[in-house]
Amino acid sequence: MSLVPLGAFIAVSAALFFIGLGGVLVRRNAIVILMCVELMLNAANLALVAFSRRLGLVDERGSVFVVFVFVVAACEVAVGLAIVLAAYRNRPVIDVDQMAEIRG
Amino acid sequence: MTEYVWLIPGLPLAAFALNLALGRYWLGRATGWIASAAVGLAAVLALLVFFETLGAGEGGRTVTLYEWFGVGDLRVPVAALVDPLSAAMLLTVTSISFLIHVYSNGYMAHDRGIHRFFSWMPLFVFFMVLLVMADNYVLMFVGWEGVGLCSYLLIGFWFERPEPYVAAKKAFVMNRIGDWGFTVAMILTFLTFGSVAFHEVFAQVPEVHAQDPAILTAIALLFFLGATGKSAQLPLYSWLPDAMEGPTPVSALIHAATMVTAGVYLVARSTPLFASAGPALLVVGIVGALTALFAATIALVQVDIKRVMAYSTVSQLGYMFLALGVGAPVAAIFHLVTHAFFKALLFLGSGSVIHATEQQDMRKMGGLRRKLPVTYWTMLVAGGALAALPPLAGFWSKDEIVGAAFVNGYPLLWGIGVFTGVLTAFYVTRALYLTFHGVPRDQHVYEHAHESPAVMTIPLVLLAGGAVLAGFIGFPPEAGFVHGFLEPAVAVEGAEHHAPDYLILAGLAATSVVAGLIGIAIGLAMYARRRPDPAAVARAAGLVYTLLVNKYYVDELYDRRAVGLFHAAFGAGWAFDVHIIDGLVNRLGWLMGLVGGGLRRAQTGVVGNYALSIVAGLVLLILVYGGYAAGVFQR
Repeated sequence: MSLVPLGAFIAVSAALFFIGLGGVLVRRNAIVILMCVELMLNAANLALVAFSRRLGLVDERGSVFVVFVFVVAACEVAVGLAIVLAAYRNRPVIDVDQMAEIRG
Repeated sequence: MTEYVWLIPGLPLAAFALNLALGRYWLGRATGWIASAAVGLAAVLALLVFFETLGAGEGGRTVTLYEWFGVGDLRVPVAALVDPLSAAMLLTVTSISFLIHVYSNGYMAHDRGIHRFFSWMPLFVFFMVLLVMADNYVLMFVGWEGVGLCSYLLIGFWFERPEPYVAAKKAFVMNRIGDWGFTVAMILTFLTFGSVAFHEVFAQVPEVHAQDPAILTAIALLFFLGATGKSAQLPLYSWLPDAMEGPTPVSALIHAATMVTAGVYLVARSTPLFASAGPALLVVGIVGALTALFAATIALVQVDIKRVMAYSTVSQLGYMFLALGVGAPVAAIFHLVTHAFFKALLFLGSGSVIHATEQQDMRKMGGLRRKLPVTYWTMLVAGGALAALPPLAGFWSKDEIVGAAFVNGYPLLWGIGVFTGVLTAFYVTRALYLTFHGVPRDQHVYEHAHESPAVMTIPLVLLAGGAVLAGFIGFPPEAGFVHGFLEPAVAVEGAEHHAPDYLILAGLAATSVVAGLIGIAIGLAMYARRRPDPAAVARAAGLVYTLLVNKYYVDELYDRRAVGLFHAAFGAGWAFDVHIIDGLVNRLGWLMGLVGGGLRRAQTGVVGNYALSIVAGLVLLILVYGGYAAGVFQR
């Protein structure tokens, strides 16, 4: 049915995931970190959709699960950006390392 | 009527609550009348219950209020056992309490703490009634501890002075020693019989006796240890004379008529247990006889009127235990009742004298009979009853005890009883003579003395009536009303019942009377005619006299030996607590702090570090899971 083999999807998904992971670990800009988290979530989504497609009509739960991930990702971004914004209003920095001083 | 038996403790309890809540600011002296009315009503109810029990014939009725607690097989109901024994005790306790409450209205009228006094007194009555009517050992123990508490509070009533406070503490601590025995006995009872209710325990006594008589002896002796503490017997008697630091009505109510007889009641109630407990009953009898003799000898030389009465109480309680020991529980309860009347009267009379003269030292009295005629005549009646002169109450009951010792085959205990009778007659003669007769030795005290108000003298007269008439419930000897009434309550299975031999009884009674008369004659000779002169006798007795005046140095002995030993033991316990128990807890807390301080460094606050640790965890998880999946970790 499909011309593209499953392995290709998984490879792209894994690549996206590790790019995101690397970004989260390496970058210091809070906005970029949030974007990288988003990338990781979407990598997972891609894998889920690929498996779902492969299984065809037998099991559509992978596709359904992706919708849940979207919702979670939207919430995560909303909360994350709100925190970053609040921190930025407090002190005009966006570097997560410098935010360390808000700990108790 | 019996269904309402719980009103008897309920009324004093209500009076206690009311007086405690409102006494200080609003009720003031009215607290006395509230307490008296509550106790008086309780006495009326007790009388009704008594008459109903009288008509009910044998056996007792149990009136359960509610189940207090149940743990496993242990069920403890708040239940009253109404049988002849408890009905008789209830009537005695409440009626004498009522008279003493009325008297206290006069005696305590000018005391600033009157509301306190009339809070603790009805509370005491509540606990005493609870003790008497409980149908199991645990509930009895509640009353037992409660009266101890009230005793403590009332001995230390005038706590501004050091002596009452110290005496209260002493009474409490010495009672704890006895209470330990009671507690252990209670636990053993439950373990042995699987119940703490009287009728269930007593029903199983023959069965247990067949299997393991030793455990019965242990239980009985431990209960008796409790009784020695509460009833001031050797070796735990020395708190009672010191308890005289409390107000005189307290001495009359708690330390003469009611609380101190709780031990006698306990042993009488447990007669089926004691009767099968091997040598336990003999121990009770011997301790009782020795205490009677020992305390009477000390009473010979005391100069404080209340202390004479206190030692006399210890001595008379000894007689009651003697009666229990020689297998005459009815005589013990009989003597308990008559003693309650005449000893309460002696104390209240002493209180009247103290109220009039503000003195307790008999050396400063003398000739007071012209100033205090009512007090004099009533105390004379009570003194006669104590000296066991017929036909006063003390004669019938005491004679029965001494007679039972002889008839049941304990001639030595009989001898002690008769000899103590001589001493008793002597010291009561001495006390009354020194107080009321002769020339006034302190003119100032004499001139200021005045008869007490009617609120105090009327109870004296009523009690005097009791001291005369109470003995007739035991007439004729061994077949009177009290015997027929109480016999079923304390009867032991299989005990042989022999008809009284009136010839022997008359002989024994004559012996007792002669003993009493000898004591009185010696007393009058020494103090009225001064031949021989008391001072000369004291000098001649020399060392013995010093020993008696110093109460055989028992307090000093206890202080030096027992108290020192306990100080050392408890010091060790304290050190163990501080260094091991507390030390362990403190060190554990210190360790937690240390670990926490170390882990605190992990919380850097740098988000990158957290992310890295998450990833590291993830990698570890994958490695382990992958390892399992690939079979690397399998053997």
